[in-house]
Amino acid sequence: MTRPRIVPLALWVIATVLAAIVVARANYSADLSAFLPRAPSARQQLLVEQLRDGPASRLLLIAIEASDAAARAQLSLAIARQLRGDPQFASVDNGEPINQERDRDFLFEHRYLMSEAVTAQRFTVEGLNSAIDDTIAILASPAGLIAKPLLPRDPTGEFLQVLNQLDRTAQPHTFEGVWASPDGARALLLASTRAPGSDLDAQERAMQAIRAAFTAAQHASAEPSVRATRLVLTGPPVFAVAARATIKHEAVRLSIVSTLLIVTLLLAVYRSLPVLLLGLLPVTSGALAGIAAVALGFGVVHGITLGFGITLIGESVDYSIYLFVQSRRPSDGSADSQRRERVLWRTILLGVLTSVCGFASLLPSGFPGLSQLGLYSIAGLIAAAAVTRFVLPSLMPRSFQVRDLTALGKRAAQILLHVRAWRWLLGIIAVLALVMLYLQRDALWNRDLGALSPVSGGAQVLDAKLRADLGAPDVSDFIVVTGSDLQTMLRDCEKIAAALDPLITNRTIGGFDSPARYLPSIAAQSERRASLPDSEELRARLHAATATLAVNSERLEPFVQDVARARTAPLVTIADLKGTSFEAGFDALTMRQHEKWIALLPLHAAQTTVPPSVSAMSEVRAAVEHAAPGQALLLNLKSESDALYSSYLSEALRLSGAGLAAIVVLLFITLRSPTRVAGVVAPLVLAVLAVASGLLIGGRSLTIMHLIGMLLIVAVGSNYALFFDRTEVDQNAGTAPAPLTLASLLIANATTVVGFGVLGFSQVPVLAALGSTVAPGAFLALVFSAALSRARAPHLTRLQ
Amino acid sequence: MLLGLLIEVSVRAADSDLDRLMALLATRVHGHVSFVEEDELAVLDRPVRSSGELFYDRPDRLEKRTLAPHPASVILEHGSITIQSHGHEHVLALRDYPQVAPFVESLRATLAGDRQALEQVFQVTFAGTLERWTLTLVPSDAKLKSVAQLIHIDGERDELHSVSITLADGDRSVMTIGSSLPP
Repeated sequence: MTRPRIVPLALWVIATVLAAIVVARANYSADLSAFLPRAPSARQQLLVEQLRDGPASRLLLIAIEASDAAARAQLSLAIARQLRGDPQFASVDNGEPINQERDRDFLFEHRYLMSEAVTAQRFTVEGLNSAIDDTIAILASPAGLIAKPLLPRDPTGEFLQVLNQLDRTAQPHTFEGVWASPDGARALLLASTRAPGSDLDAQERAMQAIRAAFTAAQHASAEPSVRATRLVLTGPPVFAVAARATIKHEAVRLSIVSTLLIVTLLLAVYRSLPVLLLGLLPVTSGALAGIAAVALGFGVVHGITLGFGITLIGESVDYSIYLFVQSRRPSDGSADSQRRERVLWRTILLGVLTSVCGFASLLPSGFPGLSQLGLYSIAGLIAAAAVTRFVLPSLMPRSFQVRDLTALGKRAAQILLHVRAWRWLLGIIAVLALVMLYLQRDALWNRDLGALSPVSGGAQVLDAKLRADLGAPDVSDFIVVTGSDLQTMLRDCEKIAAALDPLITNRTIGGFDSPARYLPSIAAQSERRASLPDSEELRARLHAATATLAVNSERLEPFVQDVARARTAPLVTIADLKGTSFEAGFDALTMRQHEKWIALLPLHAAQTTVPPSVSAMSEVRAAVEHAAPGQALLLNLKSESDALYSSYLSEALRLSGAGLAAIVVLLFITLRSPTRVAGVVAPLVLAVLAVASGLLIGGRSLTIMHLIGMLLIVAVGSNYALFFDRTEVDQNAGTAPAPLTLASLLIANATTVVGFGVLGFSQVPVLAALGSTVAPGAFLALVFSAALSRARAPHLTRLQ
Repeated sequence: MLLGLLIEVSVRAADSDLDRLMALLATRVHGHVSFVEEDELAVLDRPVRSSGELFYDRPDRLEKRTLAPHPASVILEHGSITIQSHGHEHVLALRDYPQVAPFVESLRATLAGDRQALEQVFQVTFAGTLERWTLTLVPSDAKLKSVAQLIHIDGERDELHSVSITLADGDRSVMTIGSSLPP
């Protein structure tokens, strides 16, 4: 070891320590903000907040299946009782009239503040006449039994009015006193957690609590029918928790499998544990540098970056393979070995630069996940290459010797001859792939975010089925109202309600929910209270109003008393909702962020089976924007998130194109020969085309992860192509380094194919997409590079 | 002994008459008749008289469309009651009103010929013949008995003539059903 080697070693140690400190102190985030654009619009911000912490994100659907209805109902009651006592749950509903008494008392007591029908007009002689006449009509109907005892206190039917305001949506079916599917085959419950949807640990605990309550209730009964029941859980928290578990489990399992395979492969080649460990140094250094760079550049590291960044191993492990295999022993200082080394490093450097060009194209992406991945890869690759170049050689033991792979290289060269004989096939592959891609050009890219969802199709079907059973379709159209305080928000909700009422009457939409129904704004309540006449006035008006009616105004004295009380009663506040089921109803429609209040008004279609039409939605949008300009937005979760994803995809496509152009420019500058540039670029482009059309033939449409995979094909494959390019140059110079170069390429390729091939078997769509793109792509890039290399046949035969 | 035999025969006859009446009623798929109703309520100074039309579709849709004095409509469908009047619509889930459900159910189950549903809530007594019959329904549940005393339904073969309900507080409602109208 020569003295100057100490400097890079010391620098490397210092850099590693600094990077480790940065990595240890970095902020990591696992939430959805990786998917939020760097400069989000208000709508996008709301979208992500809704998905992350919105009321729907806290909703668990519970079904009890099998056995008989009585057993299911018994369990439903037992579970609900248990969970209602659990502070983790904000509400648990199974159709039991649990708060019925309190709810009725609350509504009856506050009917003059809550009823939207209470206006000054309602308390004129004509208004009273008409309202009381209506109530008498109801008396003659089956509902009369409810209205009759109330008549003296509530002749205007305010109580029924309030009930109706709150009960627009269809109730689930009831069997044996609890909610059940329409066919009665399963009992249903709805639970909402207190913790936000993004708190996956809390969601997991809540799910465990439900399972425990079910098991406990089952075991508490000796009846076989109760024991025969089955619990089914679904809802956004279930999906999120399951996705996290799958990704965690898959990531661990797959990385163990691929690490084992790669280590075995490398051990077989290196025949030395120290060398193997040395070979992993550039990988770990690169990963450390990558994370540190992201932490410094972005302030926060997204979990998703870490996940995909690991795939960097695929390329950085190659550098040490090239070094170890091609220079079988440490440099002996001879002119030949020095020259060989120079050429090797120049080739690797160009390979790194090519990859950097590719990944740099991701840097300007508006999608933080992508730009972080770009920075991570650039920093990681440069660090890995630098460590391989400057640190590894000085750490290589004197006795260092890897297995002589010349024989393997020679065999590879023979195969290469055959491959080259079939190179005309590449033209056909290129034409077929282009035709395939052209024919599929409209369905090439999947712009549906669901394509990346780790939730299985089966789970989605189950969720849809249970929602349909509950009569609670997965609403995706919301009006989002933001207010600087509670009253502003409620006031805007009321304005919007007034604007939407005509659309309900003409059946443009079926209806909507609003927190202001549970808690009218102070302004609305005060207005209603002010419209109540004093007792004397009311008596006089009642007398006149009932002249033509079947009821004598003297009977209505309790009404006069109640109105007098309502005139001085305090207004309903949020605290008054406590202990009623309206508290949960209100909470389900609101979110609080510091001082800011956000209301979510789910829109129901006129027909429950079909979503609202586009024209209906544009009418709603116009009404909403007119009613509360600047404060309210119409949001469709599905189309909004698809649009966001689609914009990322389009941008990534544009940027990748730019990256490819940058690579070509770089190659022109360094290789200075159009034919050599074509020789390097053609196999890579061909490999990408072949993989893309292969995926399409396999029935898959491409997602953003496939695109990242293609970038990796170019990054990894460029090394192969450059080595073949160098072989040609060397051959022109009259030397023959090919066997060992070929061997190192084969091994590097094998590690990449193994590593990504394992990923291809993942259950997680994003990982599977990456694996199934890179594994065949890297292999094809090697084969195509070999087939298209311009080395003359005599040269190759000479190798034997 | 002869007397005993006679009683037994007549009981069995009555029992099978109820079954036959139910079977007869159950064949009806659709019904459309006019009605006149008179309600005598203690809270009101005079009886309320209303008239309109009844629609029935097997097995659980029943609409009472009042035309006079005020157009209004009460629809029983799939366990909920929808009340429409003066442009307002009230929807009540029957399950929330256990004191109302049996009254609606008595008429629906009779129209549907659903003896089992009727006997779940009422003690049913058949009197008369298939040609001219009276069903007397007395709530079997004590809680329900505190609301309603009894319900009489008169009819002729598969046509209902009148439904009269006497409530525990003495209020009465008599609905007289007219002839069949075109569907």
